[in-house]
Amino acid sequence: MEIGLSHYLTVSAILFTLGVFGIFLNRKNVIVILMSVELILLAVNINMVAFSAFLNDIVGQVFALFILTVAAAEAAIGLAILVVFYRNRGSIAVEDVNMMKG
Amino acid sequence: MTAELLLASLHITTPELILAVGAMALLMIGVFSGERSAGTVTGLAVALLIAAGLWLIMVPSEGEAFGGAFLSDPFAKFMKVIALIGSIVAMVMTVGHARSEQIDRFEFPVLLVLATLGIMLMISANDLISLYLALELQSLALYVVAAINRDNLRSTEAGLKYFVLGALSSGMMLYGMSLVYGFTGHTGFDEIARVLSAETRSLGLVFGLVFVLAGIAFKISAVPFHMWTPDVYEGAPTPVTAFFSAAPKIAAMAMLTRIVITAFEPVMSDWQQVIVFISIASMLLGSFAAIGQRNMKRLMAYSSIGHMGYALVGLAAGTQAGVTGVILYMTVYMVMTLGTFAVIMAMRRKEDGNVENIDDLAGLSTTNPFMAVALTALMFSLAGIPPLAGFFAKYFVFAAAIEAKLYALAIIGVLSSVVGAYYYLRLIKVMWFDPATAEFTRVPGELRLVFGLACFFVCAYVFFGGMIGTAAEVAAATFF
Repeated sequence: MEIGLSHYLTVSAILFTLGVFGIFLNRKNVIVILMSVELILLAVNINMVAFSAFLNDIVGQVFALFILTVAAAEAAIGLAILVVFYRNRGSIAVEDVNMMKG
Repeated sequence: MTAELLLASLHITTPELILAVGAMALLMIGVFSGERSAGTVTGLAVALLIAAGLWLIMVPSEGEAFGGAFLSDPFAKFMKVIALIGSIVAMVMTVGHARSEQIDRFEFPVLLVLATLGIMLMISANDLISLYLALELQSLALYVVAAINRDNLRSTEAGLKYFVLGALSSGMMLYGMSLVYGFTGHTGFDEIARVLSAETRSLGLVFGLVFVLAGIAFKISAVPFHMWTPDVYEGAPTPVTAFFSAAPKIAAMAMLTRIVITAFEPVMSDWQQVIVFISIASMLLGSFAAIGQRNMKRLMAYSSIGHMGYALVGLAAGTQAGVTGVILYMTVYMVMTLGTFAVIMAMRRKEDGNVENIDDLAGLSTTNPFMAVALTALMFSLAGIPPLAGFFAKYFVFAAAIEAKLYALAIIGVLSSVVGAYYYLRLIKVMWFDPATAEFTRVPGELRLVFGLACFFVCAYVFFGGMIGTAAEVAAATFF
């Protein structure tokens, strides 16, 4: 069977959905949320590279590289914020992120 | 790229370069002179922002830079000047407050300069890649700034919430961008518009458009993506909240305007529905959810959600009058919100430190009449009562909506601003008619200056509003 553009798009759509659900349905801990964010960004990268290959256009791959770079910076900052939060709260469970409500 | 092209690009992007190089220099100064340098670095940061702003105003440099990824036009110039003023004022307000809260670290002004750099690049971005990078530069700096008070649970929780929801929104926007790129084959706004007007639009593109709009709606805190706003506003240190409510909102709105009016102009009927929906939802939620709030910062969060809804009314019209309305609205909103936050920062007692509940304002008219008068004018203006600035801002967006035959939108907007008036007026009632409690400490000069100027702006807007209106019209004419 020939693997076409739509297969790539389906995989990436599934990964994206998993990522979004991972953020909203996850009741355990914040690290899982960070992993879900990475999943979303990787889904986007699959999209970008697949489109780039099928359009014969290099811009999509350039974009994918930029996304990778920013994702690394984002993960670093996310973990740093998580560490300072843990120091104050003593927990990284999602249900403990609840000082402010409304 | 030839040397001349590169030099021309560098000339066009000079204000941004000033901030980028300056931020790194400030970081060096801070690192080498240690913890005590916060005051110096803040002063230099303000000087940098002023230098960038003066260059923008004085040196005429318009056109595309870096192969069309960066665009400097009258619209970008106007929005950048407004955003810079917002950043400068917010930064000046931080000085005294940061010292009393012991968050006067030199990283703070450096991060604000980097966020402002991101803001300016967002306003000028004319390509999906540069737009994404600019947005992330701004967001990453702001995540850290929200959690700057790292020993405080509320501040770190605000940072964490802002980070998680911000990262999610960036992810959604990127997914949309990937679809837009895939179904048009381009990332430049002009090329996208060209492809869209030549072909019939595909379903994939509509999906992409909706995801991009959802991501931007997060950034301007429009319903249904507003959940982070009240928590982040309440948890972050007050000067940071003041910064959040001004410049980043302007940048996100400018970015939204540019992307829908240039790149997606050929599919206006598609985005118009989305904008009308989020506008109505924001206006209604902004006015109803704020009624039960007791905390000033939370109140301002809901108020900002509502005001973004009003600004979107102008954008929904999609006409030149509508865009003029958006620009004016953002300008006036920025002044009102900064003035109000200056008052919130001035709410400080000897025994309990900073207080931020509405009841703490009781009897302000007897204890500090100047502050009471300023806050009253600002609240009347936020409620949109003539002849103050807020009224004219609302008038122009609603007039544009009626011209574009969006009657339902305009009617819902006017009705929800009536509901919104309730909670602004309640504040005034508390200040003027409730018995006084403890007095506030003496208000620092810079805060008095900021809310005094904001009060003057909203009261005297009738006289010089025409000038700002003309400038906004010139800026909006870029797109038409």
